[in-house]
Amino acid sequence: MYHLLLVCLGGAIGAMARFFLSGFVARRVGETFPWGTMVVNVSGAFAIGVVAHAVAREGTPAIWALAVTGCLGCYTTVSSFSLQTLALAREGEWLRAGGNVLLSVVLSLGGVTLGFAAGSLLIGGGAP
Amino acid sequence: MSSPRRLRSGGADVAAAHPGDRRKTNEMIRTYAAVAAGGMIGGVTRALVSLASTALWGGGFPFGTLLVNIAGSFLIGFYATVTGPEGRVFAGPLQRQFFMAGFCGGLTTFSAFSLETLLLAQGGKFMAAGLNVVISVMAWLAAVWLGHIFAMRLNRLRGSGQ
Repeated sequence: MYHLLLVCLGGAIGAMARFFLSGFVARRVGETFPWGTMVVNVSGAFAIGVVAHAVAREGTPAIWALAVTGCLGCYTTVSSFSLQTLALAREGEWLRAGGNVLLSVVLSLGGVTLGFAAGSLLIGGGAP
Repeated sequence: MSSPRRLRSGGADVAAAHPGDRRKTNEMIRTYAAVAAGGMIGGVTRALVSLASTALWGGGFPFGTLLVNIAGSFLIGFYATVTGPEGRVFAGPLQRQFFMAGFCGGLTTFSAFSLETLLLAQGGKFMAAGLNVVISVMAWLAAVWLGHIFAMRLNRLRGSGQ
Protein backbone atom coordinates (compact mmCIF):
# COMPACT_ATOMS: atom_id res chain seq x y z
CA MET A 1 0.00 0.00 0.00
CA TYR A 2 2.84 2.32 0.97
CA HIS A 3 4.56 1.58 -2.32
CA LEU A 4 1.38 2.30 -4.27
CA LEU A 5 1.24 5.73 -2.62
CA LEU A 6 4.79 6.34 -3.78
CA VAL A 7 3.80 5.27 -7.31
CA CYS A 8 0.93 7.78 -7.06
CA LEU A 9 3.21 10.62 -6.02
CA GLY A 10 5.86 9.84 -8.63
CA GLY A 11 3.15 9.36 -11.24
CA ALA A 12 1.65 12.80 -10.64
CA ILE A 13 5.06 14.44 -11.02
CA GLY A 14 5.97 12.39 -14.08
CA ALA A 15 2.66 12.98 -15.85
CA MET A 16 2.80 16.75 -15.29
CA ALA A 17 6.43 16.88 -16.42
CA ARG A 18 5.50 15.04 -19.62
CA PHE A 19 2.52 17.29 -20.25
CA PHE A 20 4.67 20.38 -19.79
CA LEU A 21 7.66 19.26 -21.85
CA SER A 22 5.79 17.62 -24.74
CA GLY A 23 3.53 20.67 -25.03
CA PHE A 24 6.49 23.04 -24.83
CA VAL A 25 8.46 21.21 -27.53
CA ALA A 26 5.38 20.86 -29.75
CA ARG A 27 4.68 24.62 -29.53
CA ARG A 28 8.31 25.50 -30.22
CA VAL A 29 9.07 23.08 -33.04
CA GLY A 30 5.60 22.81 -34.54
CA GLU A 31 3.29 19.84 -34.75
CA THR A 32 3.96 18.38 -38.18
CA PHE A 33 6.03 15.71 -36.45
CA PRO A 34 5.53 14.53 -32.84
CA TRP A 35 8.88 15.73 -31.52
CA GLY A 36 7.42 16.49 -28.09
CA THR A 37 6.51 12.89 -27.37
CA MET A 38 9.82 11.71 -28.74
CA VAL A 39 11.87 14.06 -26.56
CA VAL A 40 9.96 12.84 -23.52
CA ASN A 41 10.34 9.15 -24.38
CA VAL A 42 14.03 9.31 -25.24
CA SER A 43 14.97 11.39 -22.19
CA GLY A 44 12.86 9.08 -20.00
CA ALA A 45 14.61 6.03 -21.42
CA PHE A 46 18.01 7.58 -20.69
CA ALA A 47 16.95 8.44 -17.15
CA ILE A 48 15.56 4.98 -16.44
CA GLY A 49 18.88 3.50 -17.58
CA VAL A 50 20.80 5.66 -15.12
CA VAL A 51 18.40 4.94 -12.26
CA ALA A 52 18.22 1.22 -13.01
CA HIS A 53 21.96 1.03 -12.64
CA ALA A 54 22.07 3.10 -9.48
CA VAL A 55 19.10 1.60 -7.64
CA ALA A 56 18.86 -2.08 -6.87
CA ARG A 57 15.23 -3.04 -7.44
CA GLU A 58 15.12 -5.62 -4.63
CA GLY A 59 17.22 -3.64 -2.16
CA THR A 60 15.34 -0.32 -2.29
CA PRO A 61 11.78 -1.01 -3.49
CA ALA A 62 10.57 2.37 -2.18
CA ILE A 63 12.91 4.36 -4.44
CA TRP A 64 12.09 2.05 -7.32
CA ALA A 65 8.33 2.58 -6.81
CA LEU A 66 8.69 6.37 -6.62
CA ALA A 67 11.28 7.03 -9.32
CA VAL A 68 10.93 4.18 -11.81
CA THR A 69 7.39 2.78 -11.67
CA GLY A 70 5.82 6.09 -10.69
CA CYS A 71 7.75 9.05 -12.03
CA LEU A 72 9.55 7.71 -15.11
CA GLY A 73 6.76 5.27 -15.91
CA CYS A 74 4.22 8.10 -16.10
CA TYR A 75 6.69 10.52 -17.68
CA THR A 76 7.05 8.39 -20.80
CA THR A 77 4.09 7.32 -22.90
CA VAL A 78 3.16 4.79 -25.51
CA SER A 79 -0.44 5.94 -25.96
CA SER A 80 0.44 9.38 -27.39
CA PHE A 81 3.10 7.77 -29.57
CA SER A 82 0.53 5.30 -30.98
CA LEU A 83 -2.14 7.96 -31.47
CA GLN A 84 0.24 10.36 -33.21
CA THR A 85 1.58 7.60 -35.46
CA LEU A 86 -1.99 6.67 -36.38
CA ALA A 87 -2.80 10.32 -37.12
CA LEU A 88 0.20 10.61 -39.46
CA ALA A 89 -0.76 7.37 -41.23
CA ARG A 90 -4.38 8.53 -41.62
CA GLU A 91 -3.18 11.70 -43.31
CA GLY A 92 -1.15 9.60 -45.72
CA GLU A 93 2.14 10.74 -44.20
CA TRP A 94 3.54 7.22 -44.28
CA LEU A 95 7.16 8.31 -44.27
CA ARG A 96 6.66 10.42 -41.17
CA ALA A 97 4.63 7.66 -39.49
CA GLY A 98 7.33 5.08 -40.19
CA GLY A 99 10.06 7.52 -39.24
CA ASN A 100 8.33 8.21 -35.93
CA VAL A 101 8.16 4.48 -35.12
CA LEU A 102 11.74 3.77 -36.14
CA LEU A 103 13.26 6.86 -34.53
CA SER A 104 11.31 6.44 -31.28
CA VAL A 105 12.29 2.80 -30.87
CA VAL A 106 15.93 3.19 -31.91
CA LEU A 107 16.54 6.38 -29.90
CA SER A 108 14.79 5.04 -26.79
CA LEU A 109 16.73 1.77 -26.85
CA GLY A 110 19.91 3.76 -27.49
CA GLY A 111 18.95 6.12 -24.67
CA VAL A 112 18.44 3.38 -22.09
CA THR A 113 21.69 1.68 -23.11
CA LEU A 114 23.60 4.97 -22.86
CA GLY A 115 21.92 5.78 -19.56
CA PHE A 116 22.88 2.42 -18.15
CA ALA A 117 26.49 2.91 -19.27
CA ALA A 118 26.52 6.46 -17.88
CA GLY A 119 25.18 5.10 -14.59
CA SER A 120 27.98 2.58 -14.32
CA LEU A 121 30.57 5.29 -15.08
CA LEU A 122 29.15 7.89 -12.70
CA ILE A 123 27.88 5.75 -9.88
CA GLY A 124 29.51 2.41 -10.40
CA GLY A 125 27.15 0.65 -8.02
CA GLY A 126 24.51 -2.08 -7.88
CA ALA A 127 23.16 -3.28 -11.15
CA PRO A 128 19.64 -4.70 -10.69
CA MET B 1 -10.03 21.69 -35.69
CA SER B 2 -10.00 18.75 -38.08
CA SER B 3 -9.78 15.42 -36.31
CA PRO B 4 -6.29 14.36 -37.47
CA ARG B 5 -4.78 17.61 -36.25
CA ARG B 6 -6.54 17.15 -32.96
CA LEU B 7 -5.18 13.59 -32.78
CA ARG B 8 -1.69 14.59 -33.66
CA SER B 9 -1.22 16.88 -30.71
CA GLY B 10 -1.90 13.91 -28.44
CA GLY B 11 -4.09 16.06 -26.26
CA ALA B 12 -1.33 18.43 -25.20
CA ASP B 13 -2.66 21.61 -26.70
CA VAL B 14 -4.56 23.34 -23.93
CA ALA B 15 -1.78 24.57 -21.61
CA ALA B 16 -2.23 28.28 -21.26
CA ALA B 17 0.00 30.44 -23.39
CA HIS B 18 -0.57 33.64 -21.39
CA PRO B 19 -0.05 32.84 -17.73
CA GLY B 20 -0.41 36.49 -16.80
CA ASP B 21 -4.16 36.35 -17.19
CA ARG B 22 -5.81 35.02 -14.02
CA ARG B 23 -8.48 33.09 -15.85
CA LYS B 24 -5.85 31.47 -18.03
CA THR B 25 -3.78 30.65 -14.96
CA ASN B 26 -6.75 28.98 -13.29
CA GLU B 27 -7.42 27.02 -16.42
CA MET B 28 -3.79 25.94 -16.54
CA ILE B 29 -3.83 24.81 -12.90
CA ARG B 30 -6.99 22.82 -13.50
CA THR B 31 -5.46 21.24 -16.60
CA TYR B 32 -2.31 20.19 -14.72
CA ALA B 33 -4.42 18.87 -11.84
CA ALA B 34 -6.47 16.79 -14.30
CA VAL B 35 -3.30 15.41 -15.92
CA ALA B 36 -1.76 14.63 -12.50
CA ALA B 37 -4.93 12.88 -11.27
CA GLY B 38 -5.19 10.80 -14.44
CA GLY B 39 -1.48 10.00 -14.26
CA MET B 40 -1.82 8.77 -10.67
CA ILE B 41 -4.66 6.41 -11.53
CA GLY B 42 -2.92 5.21 -14.69
CA GLY B 43 0.40 4.70 -12.90
CA VAL B 44 -1.13 2.73 -10.03
CA THR B 45 -3.13 0.59 -12.50
CA ARG B 46 0.11 -0.12 -14.36
CA ALA B 47 1.89 -1.07 -11.12
CA LEU B 48 -0.93 -3.46 -10.17
CA VAL B 49 -1.04 -5.05 -13.63
CA SER B 50 2.72 -5.47 -13.50
CA LEU B 51 2.50 -7.18 -10.10
CA ALA B 52 -0.31 -9.46 -11.28
CA SER B 53 1.58 -10.34 -14.44
CA THR B 54 4.72 -11.29 -12.51
CA ALA B 55 2.63 -13.40 -10.12
CA LEU B 56 0.81 -15.14 -12.99
CA TRP B 57 3.49 -15.58 -15.63
CA GLY B 58 6.77 -14.98 -13.78
CA GLY B 59 9.41 -12.42 -14.64
CA GLY B 60 10.83 -14.11 -17.75
CA PHE B 61 9.07 -11.87 -20.27
CA PRO B 62 7.59 -8.40 -19.59
CA PHE B 63 3.95 -9.29 -20.28
CA GLY B 64 2.67 -6.69 -17.81
CA THR B 65 4.22 -3.76 -19.69
CA LEU B 66 3.05 -5.20 -23.01
CA LEU B 67 -0.48 -5.51 -21.67
CA VAL B 68 -0.78 -1.96 -20.28
CA ASN B 69 0.73 -0.46 -23.43
CA ILE B 70 -1.73 -2.33 -25.65
CA ALA B 71 -4.66 -1.39 -23.41
CA GLY B 72 -3.61 2.27 -23.26
CA SER B 73 -3.16 2.47 -27.03
CA PHE B 74 -6.59 0.94 -27.63
CA LEU B 75 -8.26 3.22 -25.10
CA ILE B 76 -6.70 6.44 -26.43
CA GLY B 77 -7.59 5.50 -30.02
CA PHE B 78 -11.17 4.79 -29.02
CA TYR B 79 -11.59 7.81 -26.76
CA ALA B 80 -9.98 10.34 -29.10
CA THR B 81 -12.34 9.34 -31.90
CA VAL B 82 -15.52 8.86 -29.88
CA THR B 83 -15.08 12.28 -28.22
CA GLY B 84 -13.59 13.93 -31.31
CA PRO B 85 -15.24 16.59 -33.50
CA GLU B 86 -17.40 13.96 -35.23
CA GLY B 87 -17.78 11.81 -32.15
CA ARG B 88 -21.02 10.87 -30.44
CA VAL B 89 -19.82 11.55 -26.91
CA PHE B 90 -19.10 15.02 -25.64
CA ALA B 91 -16.00 15.54 -23.54
CA GLY B 92 -14.65 18.91 -22.48
CA PRO B 93 -10.96 19.78 -22.74
CA LEU B 94 -10.38 18.94 -19.06
CA GLN B 95 -11.95 15.51 -19.42
CA ARG B 96 -9.86 14.84 -22.51
CA GLN B 97 -6.65 15.88 -20.74
CA PHE B 98 -7.58 13.77 -17.72
CA PHE B 99 -8.18 10.67 -19.77
CA MET B 100 -5.70 10.99 -22.66
CA ALA B 101 -2.68 12.86 -21.32
CA GLY B 102 -3.29 11.73 -17.74
CA PHE B 103 -4.72 8.23 -17.53
CA CYS B 104 -3.58 6.75 -20.86
CA GLY B 105 -0.20 8.50 -20.62
CA GLY B 106 0.31 7.21 -17.08
CA LEU B 107 -0.95 3.72 -17.85
CA THR B 108 1.46 3.28 -20.76
CA THR B 109 5.21 3.50 -20.51
CA PHE B 110 7.98 3.70 -23.06
CA SER B 111 10.76 3.78 -20.45
CA ALA B 112 9.94 0.44 -18.81
CA PHE B 113 9.61 -1.12 -22.27
CA SER B 114 13.10 0.18 -23.14
CA LEU B 115 14.63 -0.96 -19.85
CA GLU B 116 13.07 -4.41 -20.00
CA THR B 117 14.31 -4.87 -23.56
CA LEU B 118 17.82 -3.85 -22.47
CA LEU B 119 17.74 -6.22 -19.49
CA LEU B 120 16.63 -9.12 -21.71
CA ALA B 121 19.52 -8.38 -24.08
CA GLN B 122 21.98 -8.05 -21.21
CA GLY B 123 20.84 -11.41 -19.91
CA GLY B 124 21.76 -12.93 -23.27
CA LYS B 125 18.11 -13.38 -24.30
CA PHE B 126 18.51 -11.62 -27.63
CA MET B 127 15.63 -13.51 -29.20
CA ALA B 128 13.25 -12.43 -26.42
CA ALA B 129 14.54 -8.84 -26.59
CA GLY B 130 14.00 -8.66 -30.35
CA LEU B 131 10.58 -10.28 -30.08
CA ASN B 132 9.60 -7.83 -27.34
CA VAL B 133 10.37 -4.90 -29.64
CA VAL B 134 8.65 -6.29 -32.73
CA ILE B 135 5.57 -7.66 -30.96
CA SER B 136 5.17 -4.53 -28.83
CA VAL B 137 5.33 -2.01 -31.66
CA MET B 138 3.02 -4.02 -33.90
CA ALA B 139 0.53 -4.63 -31.09
CA TRP B 140 0.48 -0.97 -29.95
CA LEU B 141 -0.24 0.28 -33.45
CA ALA B 142 -2.83 -2.43 -34.11
CA ALA B 143 -4.51 -1.55 -30.80
CA VAL B 144 -4.74 2.20 -31.44
CA TRP B 145 -6.07 1.52 -34.93
CA LEU B 146 -8.67 -0.96 -33.62
CA GLY B 147 -9.77 1.51 -30.97
CA HIS B 148 -10.18 4.16 -33.66
CA ILE B 149 -12.14 1.81 -35.95
CA PHE B 150 -14.48 0.72 -33.14
CA ALA B 151 -15.17 4.34 -32.25
CA MET B 152 -15.80 5.23 -35.92
CA ARG B 153 -18.37 2.44 -36.13
CA LEU B 154 -20.02 3.62 -32.94
CA ASN B 155 -20.08 7.20 -34.23
CA ARG B 156 -21.72 6.11 -37.46
CA LEU B 157 -24.22 3.77 -35.80
CA ARG B 158 -25.69 6.30 -33.46
CA GLY B 159 -25.04 9.32 -35.60
CA SER B 160 -27.04 8.19 -38.65
CA GLY B 161 -30.23 9.90 -37.42
CA GLN B 162 -28.70 13.35 -36.99
